[in-house]
Amino acid sequence: MAPERETDAVTGVETTGHEWDGIRELDNPLPRWWLWTWYGCIAVAIAYWILMPAWPGLHGYTKGLLHASDRANVATELQALDVQRGSGAAMMRKASLTQIEQDPKLQAYAQQVGQSVFGDNCATCHGIGGTGGKGYPNLRDDVWLWGGTLEDIQHTITVGIRSGHPQARLSQMPAFGRDGLLPPETISDLTEYVVKLSGRPADTAAVARATPVFAAQCVACHGVDGRGSQAVGAPNLTDAEWLYGSDRKAISGQIFSGNGGVMPTWGGRLSPETIKALAVYVHANAGGQ
Amino acid sequence: MPTLIDNTRPKPEARTVVSAAARAKGKGDAKGGLYKPREPIYPKLVHGRWRTVKWALLIVMLAIYYITPWIRWARPGDLPQQAVLVDFAGRRFYFFDIQLWPQEVYIFTGLLVIAALALFLVTALFGRLWCGYACPQTVWTDLFIVVERLFEGDRNARMRLDAQPMSFDKAWRKIGKHLTWLGIAFGTGGAWIFYFHDAPTLIRTFWIGQGAMTAYVSCALLTATTYVFAGWMREQVCTYMCPWPRIQGAMLDEHSLQVAYLSDRGEPRGPHKKGQSWEGRGDCIDCNQCVVVCPMGIDIRDGSQLECINCGLCVDACDDILGRLGRPTGLIAYDTDSAVAARGCGQKAVYKYVRPRTIYYALALTLVSSLTLWALVGRPKADVHVIRDRNPIYVRMHDGAVRDGYTLKIANRTFADRTFEVAFAGLPGARLSQPGLPGSGVSVLVPADQVVAVRVFVTAPPDADRAPSLPGRFVVRSNEIQTEAKTVFLSGATNPQ
Repeated sequence: MAPERETDAVTGVETTGHEWDGIRELDNPLPRWWLWTWYGCIAVAIAYWILMPAWPGLHGYTKGLLHASDRANVATELQALDVQRGSGAAMMRKASLTQIEQDPKLQAYAQQVGQSVFGDNCATCHGIGGTGGKGYPNLRDDVWLWGGTLEDIQHTITVGIRSGHPQARLSQMPAFGRDGLLPPETISDLTEYVVKLSGRPADTAAVARATPVFAAQCVACHGVDGRGSQAVGAPNLTDAEWLYGSDRKAISGQIFSGNGGVMPTWGGRLSPETIKALAVYVHANAGGQ
Repeated sequence: MPTLIDNTRPKPEARTVVSAAARAKGKGDAKGGLYKPREPIYPKLVHGRWRTVKWALLIVMLAIYYITPWIRWARPGDLPQQAVLVDFAGRRFYFFDIQLWPQEVYIFTGLLVIAALALFLVTALFGRLWCGYACPQTVWTDLFIVVERLFEGDRNARMRLDAQPMSFDKAWRKIGKHLTWLGIAFGTGGAWIFYFHDAPTLIRTFWIGQGAMTAYVSCALLTATTYVFAGWMREQVCTYMCPWPRIQGAMLDEHSLQVAYLSDRGEPRGPHKKGQSWEGRGDCIDCNQCVVVCPMGIDIRDGSQLECINCGLCVDACDDILGRLGRPTGLIAYDTDSAVAARGCGQKAVYKYVRPRTIYYALALTLVSSLTLWALVGRPKADVHVIRDRNPIYVRMHDGAVRDGYTLKIANRTFADRTFEVAFAGLPGARLSQPGLPGSGVSVLVPADQVVAVRVFVTAPPDADRAPSLPGRFVVRSNEIQTEAKTVFLSGATNPQ
């Protein structure tokens, strides 16, 4: 049932009959211009339907007289971006890697480009922070398999590692165990030898047994002192940095199967300017070399 | 329990019950219905004390509005030479010797809170002074009515003109009025944009189509709102659009000053012939002058109303008539409800300016003003913010050293280029370096009035303290200016169990 309408004594206006905590609402007429404002909004909406894309149909939508399109806007903005990037690319082309890194402005540009490109292409394996993981080198520290100078990094990015590129960085550790080159007990002795190389306590008898084996099988790449060689991508076995893990199981597993990761070649996918920026980004944020 | 405001006022006789639709119909709206057309108001020109105050304020405030952007102020280098400038492109706000950065927006917030609290305090003490004297809607409406009077004459002439059929005389007066209104409106919108761009430059570029798009849009928008609000809508803005009349109910009480009809003196009202006695009757002769001068179209004798902007024009109109009658002035006056009520009961009127409400408002106002002033005066000349690398949170080097990366944002708020020396304190033996640069130590050139972001590395030696998290701080110094920011150095060690 509708609430009872009554008349307010002071104003002589009828109330709506609703009451909230003793407050009653007067049933005053709305100002006419409110109504016109509403009609105006309807008119604007109709004009919008005509001018702008609005109504969906079975095959697309009404395009509107202004032919406004966010897709077209994005295309225009991308073109403008290309022009803008052109000047940045020219800067990267003209300057040497060292110049880019030493000049605060150029380095800032390279860092920006590098960060974005790294996130899109490299972070999948090396991690967004560049710290890598098991089998994927950490790019933030100061340990480098293939050299950590600006030029080394630029070359590695361009040709890749075991990528099939004719100039690709290439090294192959033999699978001593899997291919039957060394018996299991010798691999176990070698593991002790490598543990000792990195300055940790190891079984002295095993180390003594392994010494001639290391000299015969490993020094070609890892060197007499086990410090490795960046020319052939052989890791340093004396430091605290281990790509496949530092415990005995991981080391003997690596001697057994001789794993080696693959890094794609980016020369064909990224422009030389982008690779330069990326190299500066990686080098500047790494531990230096 | 406070006295109820309505108690002392004679209540109008209860009118007959009419529905909104029926009343709208009764007022000549042939279509009937639920909507009320605006009833035109023709405020009559009045002279008197409050009108003079309003004229003076109108001139002062319009002068401030139009002149301010043209005041020049010497600043070093390429900085703008405009005393008051909101520089969106350069992300700075200039006010004479004060320059604010976007990070200091809290000072604006403080200013807005101060303005609100000041409005509360003034309203609690003196009623709607803002509405009646200082609100742009009031000032520009006043100005537009001056123009209207210039073209169409005073109240009676305007009413006659509107009732006439269209003629050449009516046409030129109407067209002239609207063109002048549009001119003023354009001047209003045009002056506004000078606060956001260098005024002498913009006044040239504006006319040749070289001004910023925002300048044209703002100018058009303010031209339209000024013309529509001050020309066509006037009291409708105050009654239906502005929230302030509704909010002020919470600030006003029976001790707030407001324009009041002193019913104890005025009633019973009625016409008065010269020579008649004033015994046994009120001073109100029902001359209706308070109604015809009212820009809001209300009758102040009905008591305090939502629509009343407290402009005091009815006070002037009534005082004028009372003076001619030889009666004491002040039948309509700035007074409080409690004083009116007390006199109605034969008691002495008491004015209470100091009451809990005004004390709270004044205390809050003092507190916020002091805080804002303290923040403004104590602003540092330079600032450093530290953003710690989150990925990786630390890097272990081949020799066991640990390196953390940070981005420092150094702000130079002075008007001179400065080289800041950066140091990291709190970690003995730590080395500070910049990515890709040989050597240690970091010094950063920050141009005048700018922020420079720089990435730095802190490397702890292999034998350093290996608590998982070490508090540290970056200290940034350039001659006499020094500032610092706290951060932590994460070493990658785990907490001993």
